[in-house]
Amino acid sequence: MTEVTLSNVVKKYGAHQAVHGIDLDIADGEFVVLVGPSGCGKSTTLRMIAGLEDITGGEVSIGGRVVNDLPPRERNISMVFQNYALYPHMTVRENLGFSLHIAKQEPAQIKTAVDQAAGILGLDELMDRKPAELSGGQRQRVAMGRAIVRSPDVFLFDEPLSNLDAKLRTQMRAEIKKLHQKIGNTIIYVTHDQVEAMTLADRIVLMRDGHIVQVGTPLELFNTPVDTFVATFIGSPPMNLVDGTVRGGNIQLTDGQSLPVPVGARGLVREGQDVQFGFRADNLMPLGHAVDEVGEIHQVDLTITLTEPLGTETILFTTFGGIEVQAKMFNPRPVRPGEQMTFRLVLDKCHVFDAASGTAIRS
Amino acid sequence: MPRRRLPEWFLLLLPAIIVIAAVVLIPLIFSLYSSFTPYKLTRPSTLWKWIGTYNYEKILTDAKFWAAFGRTVLFLTIALNVEMLLGLGIALLVNKVTWGQRTLRTVLMFPMMFSPILVGFQFKFIFNDNIGLVNNVLQSMGFNVALPWLVDGKLAMFSIAFAEIWMSTSVFAILILAGLFAMPRDPLEAAKVDGCTPWQSFRHISLPFLMPFIYIAMTIRSLDVARAYDIVQIMTGGGPARRTELLWTLMSRTGYVDARMGLANAMGYVSILLSIFFTVYFFRKLSAARAEIGMGG
Repeated sequence: MTEVTLSNVVKKYGAHQAVHGIDLDIADGEFVVLVGPSGCGKSTTLRMIAGLEDITGGEVSIGGRVVNDLPPRERNISMVFQNYALYPHMTVRENLGFSLHIAKQEPAQIKTAVDQAAGILGLDELMDRKPAELSGGQRQRVAMGRAIVRSPDVFLFDEPLSNLDAKLRTQMRAEIKKLHQKIGNTIIYVTHDQVEAMTLADRIVLMRDGHIVQVGTPLELFNTPVDTFVATFIGSPPMNLVDGTVRGGNIQLTDGQSLPVPVGARGLVREGQDVQFGFRADNLMPLGHAVDEVGEIHQVDLTITLTEPLGTETILFTTFGGIEVQAKMFNPRPVRPGEQMTFRLVLDKCHVFDAASGTAIRS
Repeated sequence: MPRRRLPEWFLLLLPAIIVIAAVVLIPLIFSLYSSFTPYKLTRPSTLWKWIGTYNYEKILTDAKFWAAFGRTVLFLTIALNVEMLLGLGIALLVNKVTWGQRTLRTVLMFPMMFSPILVGFQFKFIFNDNIGLVNNVLQSMGFNVALPWLVDGKLAMFSIAFAEIWMSTSVFAILILAGLFAMPRDPLEAAKVDGCTPWQSFRHISLPFLMPFIYIAMTIRSLDVARAYDIVQIMTGGGPARRTELLWTLMSRTGYVDARMGLANAMGYVSILLSIFFTVYFFRKLSAARAEIGMGG
């Protein structure tokens, strides 16, 4: 059993505090993704778990053992780096076997482990090449192979896909997920890409400015964001946020139109409270091109300013509540900018956030 | 009939060709020619007497020449290796320094800024058996000795090597430091995670990366040391009684003191082989080390 526990972990660089006392429990075999904008402390947190950064305060334990003062080599972890970090002077085979060689294992044993990892990742053809002779995707695979060979308790991934092109990234993403299903170890994965986080994670840890903002399954973060930051960070396109004020049980938007308070926030808003009304593009759909219309509907006529056809759907840009918002048209037909369409907004799926603090108002 | 004109490219290159011919080509051909004559500076007419390979045959059987040759190779081997090890150590230490590193790097280069002649004089004074610093220190520490640093053959070689190493270790340190700066950090971190102790990280990751830099320094320094002359000439003059005679002190003695320029030139051509050998050897090593870390041939 290898749980990873962070309790009140702090990292300071001189006067600058990068991580502000975070608590996190990661279960055995769980795939946890740390995600957030650059500079949010996610990589620092991962590097503290790895032992590559000193821990200024708090405690990190792996498998019930406090590792604060242990060097990386005694933590039984593997790490995959953003720049692959392969040993340039060693062949793929030597790269894979290096950690076992250092651990003074029998050559026969090393060969078995290396061949097995190579088999899992399809590296058999490349074993005698050097890193310089490999493509980006192949290097990434070798880096993963090197991590597997050690059969560590915990895998750490530090933005492993950000140097790959979009197509390869999608492909490697699936490979990482398959790998996790196959070997079932605990994985902690850092990325700034919310799509990676959504697709890979059992649980997402969303960080900002050295704090954890929200922890939950991808769908929890998508459906019930705790604040506007989560709402706009998770999901593509980001959630539309429209300013408004609570007036007589309705939300009055800056352009004068009035919407009923969504079910979830009813009774929790004060008269005169400034709020942000949030909805995803998926919940604002043109009449006749909508899916999943359940519950209360608000109908409104809007003028299209821009279209982004994606095939199965088209993203429509329009002005709503005084700002540009995005709507989604399913089973799309061609639309010209300037065209007026009737839209249906699914109120039950909308969110209300306090304008001052940004926190969600939800029962 | 129009006058034949020289081609334009030739005309444009002519100044360069003339200069190169005057300062390199003609002296080279002249010295090669004179090595086949019994040319003595004091009797210019000897320049026109062809004696074939006599000078070379004489050198090949000359114990004094081979002693100097062997001493040069030994001196070169010891000096280069000690300089490499010290330079590597210094570079690794300086690389760890976080505050004042720039200043330290500049200070490191001070010995290289001195003329070798002055370094020679300085160490001649330091190792002087009567008034020298070393013996004075030894005596004030209670050892009642006056070691003949520059007189005893072995001690004199040691003293010269010491001066040479003092002056040139920083060449290695600076070049290896450049290598350390260029080294990617990621593989070192990967090695830490992979279970390496600091020594193993150095042995398996850093050192292979530094080898090309070390070989570049070796190549440069092997040429430098193989023509070592100034420090030796100042400190011992190749003496006493030829105990510290290196190739170039022997050559200058033969050419200028004994005035046997033909013979000295022949010696020069033989000893150039030594430099060529070391250059080729280290370049081979360099290419191999570069290929090793995936930098291509």
